[in-house]
Amino acid sequence: MLDAACCLVRRDLLLAWRRRSDVATALLFFVIVASLFPLGVGAEPNLLRAIAPGVIWVAALLSSMLSLSRLFAADHADGTLEQMLLGASPLGVIAAAKAAAHWIVSGLPLAVIAPLIALQYGLAPELYGVLIATLLLGTPVLSLIGAIGAALTLGLRGGGVLLSLLVLPLYVPVLIMGAGAVDMASAGVDPAGRLLLLGAMLVFAAAFAPWAIAAALRISIE
Amino acid sequence: MLEAAGLECVRQQRTLFSALSFSLSAGERLRIAGPNGSGKTSLLRILCGLLAPGAGEVRWRGERIDALQEEYSRQIVYLGHAPAVKDDLTPAENLEIACRLAGLRVQTKEALERLGVPQDVPVRKLSQGQRRRAALARLVVSESVPLWLLDEPYAALDAQATASVDALIAGHAARGGAVIFTTHHETGAAKARVLELHA
Repeated sequence: MLDAACCLVRRDLLLAWRRRSDVATALLFFVIVASLFPLGVGAEPNLLRAIAPGVIWVAALLSSMLSLSRLFAADHADGTLEQMLLGASPLGVIAAAKAAAHWIVSGLPLAVIAPLIALQYGLAPELYGVLIATLLLGTPVLSLIGAIGAALTLGLRGGGVLLSLLVLPLYVPVLIMGAGAVDMASAGVDPAGRLLLLGAMLVFAAAFAPWAIAAALRISIE
Repeated sequence: MLEAAGLECVRQQRTLFSALSFSLSAGERLRIAGPNGSGKTSLLRILCGLLAPGAGEVRWRGERIDALQEEYSRQIVYLGHAPAVKDDLTPAENLEIACRLAGLRVQTKEALERLGVPQDVPVRKLSQGQRRRAALARLVVSESVPLWLLDEPYAALDAQATASVDALIAGHAARGGAVIFTTHHETGAAKARVLELHA
């Protein structure tokens, strides 16, 4: 069972490596969206410092959305998704592996380059740690919730837009806690509460989302 | 081994078949025949549990397949319309992943050699026929799996590959496995029972 899950994560990472440009696109999208705000709202340092956590988090949400529609679509088109449904391991395990691979490819890199964006916005260096921590805790939740939406909209015409409408509202709590934790830290308040809530969301999503993804996949594949 | 009782399939408000019952025992080959759109693929998908029948049930060794779930999945190989190979991976990588997902022993080299598929070229660069063979290699490694469900296994194959599919199906039946397949070809179907679906 674990063997199948590891194999699937490895497969998805290998596929991402063979299609590096797709991964790079999502990352560049993140950098560009985050870089647009100073051009729009002006370069007033205090304003930028204030909006930085929110901007970085919104850019992360959008960038993680970008690759969601492809999460199951490619596997659906070439028939490998059917084979996963007919595999020897429970579909929930497979779904968790798919979401994990999505996170490694599209969430983890965001946490790595976020300090670069934070630097652009003149965020205080002591806040980088909190920012990275929120992204590390929050982006897996985005992948897990997003995968439910991706499974539900699989094979639908115009599924990409519907997916955004379906998933973005569900991202709101993660956004509030993620950006809020950095805001609290910058105001000199201990952000542990927010971080713990983010952690709780992650635990909750990791426990229940795979089964929701599995149920959604079974419906979509019919 | 496999029993279908009173199956019904409705797609887009059209009844494809109803009250369809049959059973399959070890070593038997069943060919599902019928014109396009008569529900051959739907029937296969119902039999492997991807599609829920409108009515009736499928039983594997006396137990309903929707209750068995992965336990049943381990007893079947399903070869669908789509080849289930990744274009960016090599046939060897594809087959290894398929083995691991299905919980089978990994033995890619012999299987691909037997079907004459190049091992280390990305599937994207292979010809249509070679891709089909790369997909069919799953059958070679699935000799221990009792039930094979094959949707158009002869599509896009040359004479030589058709013969090897024939040999695979015959060999499986001789080992006591059961095979259900759909095809427009007559080859290899000589010793198979035929189930006719009407449009």
